[in-house]
Amino acid sequence: MRARSQDLGFRLTTGAFAAALAAIVIGVGVALVSQSWLTIQKFGLGFWSTSTWDPVAGDFGALPFIWGTLYSSILALLIATPIALGIAVFISELCPARLRTPLVFLTELLAAIPSIVYGLWGIFVLVPAVRSLQTHVPDALRALPIFAGPPLGVGMLSAALILAIMVVPFTSSVAREVLKSVPVTQREGAYALGATRFEAIRAAMYFARTGIVGAVMLGFGRALGETMAVTMVIGNNPQVSASLFAPQYTMAAVIANEFTEAADALYLNALVEIGLVLFAITLVVNGLSRLLIWSMARGARGPRRKPAGAAA
Amino acid sequence: MTDVPTHATHLPPRPTVVRADRDGVADATVKVDVQNLSFYYGAKRALEGISLQAQTNRVTAFIGPSGCGKSTFLRTLNRMNDIIPGTRVEGSARIDGQDIYAPNVDVVELRRRVGMVFQKSNPFPKSIFENVAYGLRINRLVTSKAEIAERVEESLRSAALWDEVKDRVHDSALALSGGQQQRLCIARALAVRPDVLLMDEPASALDPIATQRIEELIYRLKSQYTIIIVTHNMQQAARVSDHTAFFWMGKLVEFDRTERIFTAPREKLTEDYVTGRFG
Repeated sequence: MRARSQDLGFRLTTGAFAAALAAIVIGVGVALVSQSWLTIQKFGLGFWSTSTWDPVAGDFGALPFIWGTLYSSILALLIATPIALGIAVFISELCPARLRTPLVFLTELLAAIPSIVYGLWGIFVLVPAVRSLQTHVPDALRALPIFAGPPLGVGMLSAALILAIMVVPFTSSVAREVLKSVPVTQREGAYALGATRFEAIRAAMYFARTGIVGAVMLGFGRALGETMAVTMVIGNNPQVSASLFAPQYTMAAVIANEFTEAADALYLNALVEIGLVLFAITLVVNGLSRLLIWSMARGARGPRRKPAGAAA
Repeated sequence: MTDVPTHATHLPPRPTVVRADRDGVADATVKVDVQNLSFYYGAKRALEGISLQAQTNRVTAFIGPSGCGKSTFLRTLNRMNDIIPGTRVEGSARIDGQDIYAPNVDVVELRRRVGMVFQKSNPFPKSIFENVAYGLRINRLVTSKAEIAERVEESLRSAALWDEVKDRVHDSALALSGGQQQRLCIARALAVRPDVLLMDEPASALDPIATQRIEELIYRLKSQYTIIIVTHNMQQAARVSDHTAFFWMGKLVEFDRTERIFTAPREKLTEDYVTGRFG
């Protein structure tokens, strides 16, 4: 009898902690909606699709910030993913045992550097480098929209590069752990059929593909929300531009920059609604990556197994 | 897998055909010729001066207690140990007269010629078809779609799996049962047409019925391949093999025709082991 009530209490307590997770997510969503109610009422869905950002006239549209966040994050992902996977493969499969520990330590060190420090480094090193790169772009290419604009240094490319640098240690650490968990029999199976080292590694990566997608998505989530370093190098100009060199803006950056100056209620509500949009996009991105991972896992296990097995 | 009962003891004795060609053993040609082979993990010697010959179209079984080196020895024959850092081989191992540890040997090509089936089935998380086609594709043995499909079917037939999977070759291999997965791994190994087939306790994780099917398969395959099998299960060795090698603590204690090993071994140690007095 005593044991049973104890078990029940234990289940209820841990269950309450788990329920708290859901409550926090819902609570954050509710708070964001209620704090941005003014702009939700006034602009409706137009908030997502218009580009005007005029606090003086009280006219707000989030499109440039959504654009800037997605553009910089996706660009960062494109740059960071091959590098991060390369590092993960090198550390877990190819590097001499003596080098492994120092390299792992270095990646962890990179992940531990505060983003404001990355931002400072960006201003003093990366931005001038991007500026000089831009002055060396041939005239023929400058006619293309993605290379258009004056050589400022601050802008989309600087933001994406600094994001990429910040994302690489995360993605590579997770990918390395994932590769480490691939059973050795998978690699041996490939070797036994006459695979080269490259082919055996590819077989291992294929086995681990859902985990690798997870690692990439973790990096993407981080890039979406990264604030400080991006704010310092992106140029903070709300415009929708395809140019790599144009100064732009992100959702996190505009909240950080303008929150303290938002004097009237509508302006404040507009900033909170940008937070709500960022929250929603993060949820959608995470949800989609979950779905992707599930469908890949189910495809690998075959239709005969129950979905419960596929989710494990 | 350790809690699986030693299934083979429940099986009826195998048909005597297994032993029918025993008298031909002496006439067969030597396929694998190992002379004075020693193997080291770092400074630790795991195998000491092993010499034995495996003959073409015969089944050679390695038996012995856990950790006796039989699997390590098997893995020296396709140089699978090369992928473990800090390992070293001394002595010689020849297949068709060619020293497989000679500096000019292409290890990738060697492993294609010497197929391997592992203790735990290890299909790739792909379709049944793609599992069998994998070796063909990476080695570019055949390239046209039709030829690949032909080889896949042929290999699945050879591994006695075709009839069970022919309607669902594009389904995931992981949906197959354990015994089917192991036969798929055999099919995958056969697809690249090896000369020698190494099997590392291929049935130790399977139930008695699946084990019996693997043993029947081994018996059928030996007309085309030279098979070397490591087994924990002495009844299995007695049923499927023509020659048996008994390993103990990294040494080859006795190597003879299977019949002799199990009925009239020369060494006291072998007799104790095969009669179950230790191990």
